[in-house]
Amino acid sequence: MTEFQILTEAFLQALVAGLLVGALYGLMCVGLAIIFGIMRVINFAQGDFMMLGMYVTYYIFIGLGVQTFVGSQFGPYLAILISVPVMFVVGYLVHYFLISRVTGSRTAALDGEGHYAQLILTLGIALVLQNGSMMLFGPQLVSIRTPLSSSAWELGPMWGDVLSIFVNKGRGISALISLAIIGLLAVLIGRTRLGKSLRAAADNPVASSYMGIDVTRAYRIAFALGTCITALAGGLLATNYPFHPFVGLEFVIIMYAGVVLGGIGSILGAFWGGMTIGLVQQLASLVLPTQLQNAAIFVFFLLIVTLRPQGLFGRVSERT
Amino acid sequence: MMKRLPSSFVMLLVAAIYFGVALSVDNAYHQLIFTLVLVWACFGLSWNMLSGYTGLVSFGHAAFFGLGAYATVLAQIHLNISPWIMIPVSGLIGAAAGLLVGLPTFRLRGHYFALSMLAYPLALLYVAEWLGLQEVTFPMKRVDAAWYMQFSDPRAYTAIALGMLLLFVQLTRYIERSRFGMALIAIKQNEAAAEAAGIDTLRWKLKAIALSGAIAGATGAFYSVVLLVVTPSSVFGMLVSAQALTVSMFGGVGTVWGPIIGAAILIPLGEILHAELGSTYPGIQGVILGIAIITVILLAPEGIYWKVRDRFRARRSMVPSAVDKLADNSVPDASLIIPPPLASTSSPLTRSPEPPLTAPTATPATPAATATAPPPRDLSTDVVMDVRNISKRFGGLKAVHDVSFSVRRGMILGIIGPNGAGKTTLFNLLNGFLKPDQGQVIIKGNDMAGRKPHVLCALGVGRTFQIMRPFMRLSVAQNVKVGAYVKAENDAQADAYAAQAVQRLGLSDCAHQLASTLTTRELRLMELARAVAGQPDILLLDETLAGLGHDESEDVVAAIRSLSQQGMTIVIIEHTMKAMVRLVDEFVVLDHGEVLTVGKPDTITRDKRVVEAYLGKKWSAQHAAD
Repeated sequence: MTEFQILTEAFLQALVAGLLVGALYGLMCVGLAIIFGIMRVINFAQGDFMMLGMYVTYYIFIGLGVQTFVGSQFGPYLAILISVPVMFVVGYLVHYFLISRVTGSRTAALDGEGHYAQLILTLGIALVLQNGSMMLFGPQLVSIRTPLSSSAWELGPMWGDVLSIFVNKGRGISALISLAIIGLLAVLIGRTRLGKSLRAAADNPVASSYMGIDVTRAYRIAFALGTCITALAGGLLATNYPFHPFVGLEFVIIMYAGVVLGGIGSILGAFWGGMTIGLVQQLASLVLPTQLQNAAIFVFFLLIVTLRPQGLFGRVSERT
Repeated sequence: MMKRLPSSFVMLLVAAIYFGVALSVDNAYHQLIFTLVLVWACFGLSWNMLSGYTGLVSFGHAAFFGLGAYATVLAQIHLNISPWIMIPVSGLIGAAAGLLVGLPTFRLRGHYFALSMLAYPLALLYVAEWLGLQEVTFPMKRVDAAWYMQFSDPRAYTAIALGMLLLFVQLTRYIERSRFGMALIAIKQNEAAAEAAGIDTLRWKLKAIALSGAIAGATGAFYSVVLLVVTPSSVFGMLVSAQALTVSMFGGVGTVWGPIIGAAILIPLGEILHAELGSTYPGIQGVILGIAIITVILLAPEGIYWKVRDRFRARRSMVPSAVDKLADNSVPDASLIIPPPLASTSSPLTRSPEPPLTAPTATPATPAATATAPPPRDLSTDVVMDVRNISKRFGGLKAVHDVSFSVRRGMILGIIGPNGAGKTTLFNLLNGFLKPDQGQVIIKGNDMAGRKPHVLCALGVGRTFQIMRPFMRLSVAQNVKVGAYVKAENDAQADAYAAQAVQRLGLSDCAHQLASTLTTRELRLMELARAVAGQPDILLLDETLAGLGHDESEDVVAAIRSLSQQGMTIVIIEHTMKAMVRLVDEFVVLDHGEVLTVGKPDTITRDKRVVEAYLGKKWSAQHAAD
């Protein structure tokens, strides 16, 4: 094996890792983008909804006996499936009782159109979720164990039988599920009546309400949908990543970086934004020490945003 | 209203009481809380300086805070420099970092700005970890301990923190009242309008972030001394930035008191909960604190300070507001400056029968019609603005194409044209919001095409907007004063210009009302006053009559006419032909971005092409038959 082949293998391995992680980050970002893009609310609790999704999945898997009946191989995925409606309801209720009070028509008269109130409200929610989870679930690391995440598919050997790439089965399946969900969402948002009302509410809430769209309801559904999608990404991540009640903090920033990269308001753009973050993170490990992997994300992020303020896929929509 | 003196006095009294109570506490932990309240209040003030006044929310203030903290601890370890020196030095470092961050990041607006700010402290956090600065401790000093700010009595820290806070409060209050603060508030309300009012927004924003960074750097430096240990997440972490946001927003954004109120409530609450319950039920302190924040913000979405103040104001609103020299001088004159045309509005018909265009039964001009047109005025031939072949395209759309006209001193030039004719785009080209693709805008002999709005404003081009952008939380006089700074050398002169403008527009009666209490008519007049206060040579008015009822619009027309009689050169965009015909000296008619024709009102209203452009060929054909 020549030096060049070793380098190539390392690069391809990092590329694959980046794509797999990127697909998950992309899904998280899409969850956030639905909330952020449609409601323009900066939700700092998004990472904590993801954390909650991880715990809900975990307890459905362990506590509801999914593990005993279905087994560890596919049990986690069934648990994730069950967690989706649970988290939808959580998001729905959070919007109903809290978020709706500082968004929409009520905020028109407030300073900064209520953005200050939204920010601090979601910071408060984040505090409650993090610390509440610590009380309920304890501070220790938890993981959802599946044999899939400790085995891999081997691509290759190729290039004269010296070069192989390993794809972790757990991550591979998670990435495939992410793609499938994105596909479903694209149909939901692009083709259905609900999707149309969501897009209309995002585009111009006032005009939408004149057209008979219940904007508050559209926002509520967007919030619940965004919550359960990010939580779903969290569940997928949990099969491969030990977590704790404060795990959300690590990811909320990645999510925002992805959403801004993709272009605020573009839901599919957010997926590519998240994917980009995953790739940058993994490819940076080839040239940078591990501690600087995440610094690379932020430097890259700043570069893109300064050079292309509307994001990679966004459009400029400012008017005087 | 005896406002300034007492609030300084109250502030010192509160500080003295606070310090008195702090002195009597001998428990070291409780003493620490007394210090931390002040530290986070300082940090909140730093955040408020940038984000509270300019409205550009920063999620990255930990960057400045952490740089100060690390600079101080590393300087002591490696260079043996005392924190007494490093705290001010950290201020400088914070200011420099602020400028470095601001220059690229201020290109972004709104959410983009807020989220981009997140990246700076987090990148620094990982860099600090990579440099192996996981836990840096101040070396203990037995000799000269006080020189290294290592006091055995923790009350000394409280005293220093109190001193810092008082300094920052004074600074903030000074800025709040000065041209600096006004500029920032104007930026918060509407950056474009601020630019048009002659405010160099980038310069003021950079000043704000430098000052804000300086306060944060110094505060971070002091914080590290108090805690003796610096870790990346304790100074660069997201929770540090969040702390600045939380205390400020909880207390109230955009006021010096907000962060102080927020810190005074939230920090002790958090710490006491932590101490009392943290060990028995880990996490419960966070839950209670979170619930407290949620509850308060649902009840007072703009923060405690504004809630209390609004309630207080509401109760007091029956009492007429304070009368000071501005109101005193202007009230008696108010009736005098109402121009004669206003008096005639009660019987508009006698003065101006309906102009041909609005009357379907238009007859060719008769001597009678000419008689009712405004008396032709002797206009100066002195050209104050010469627009030559100006063009602007957006992609394939020729928004403005090869437009030329000249504005002569003292005239009222009307720019009319159907929707989408490129009227507002033309204004944006003239006052610098847009850069023309080609052509020249000659003002005072220089081509000013493509210069920034504030430069053009300083040169004498004032403008108002189609969508009104009043500064709602400011009084009428203050709103107008923002516009006066562009030409004023100092505050006194700005006040004088503002008072004069308020008087010229007949707003003296409501000079001290908050803009949020005005009617549409008064708001329009206030916007005019704001533009007039900048002592412009040319005033660009963008649909100033939009949204006004008949009588209201007569008032505004009268005000414009009186400005013109006092020598102001005016260019006005308007839809309502009727009002325009009696107002302007000359029309420029735009259609599809091009000049259709230029001429006097009576010729324009009979021009077939104009009628067609406005009302369509069909209408014009039908009525031509009559």
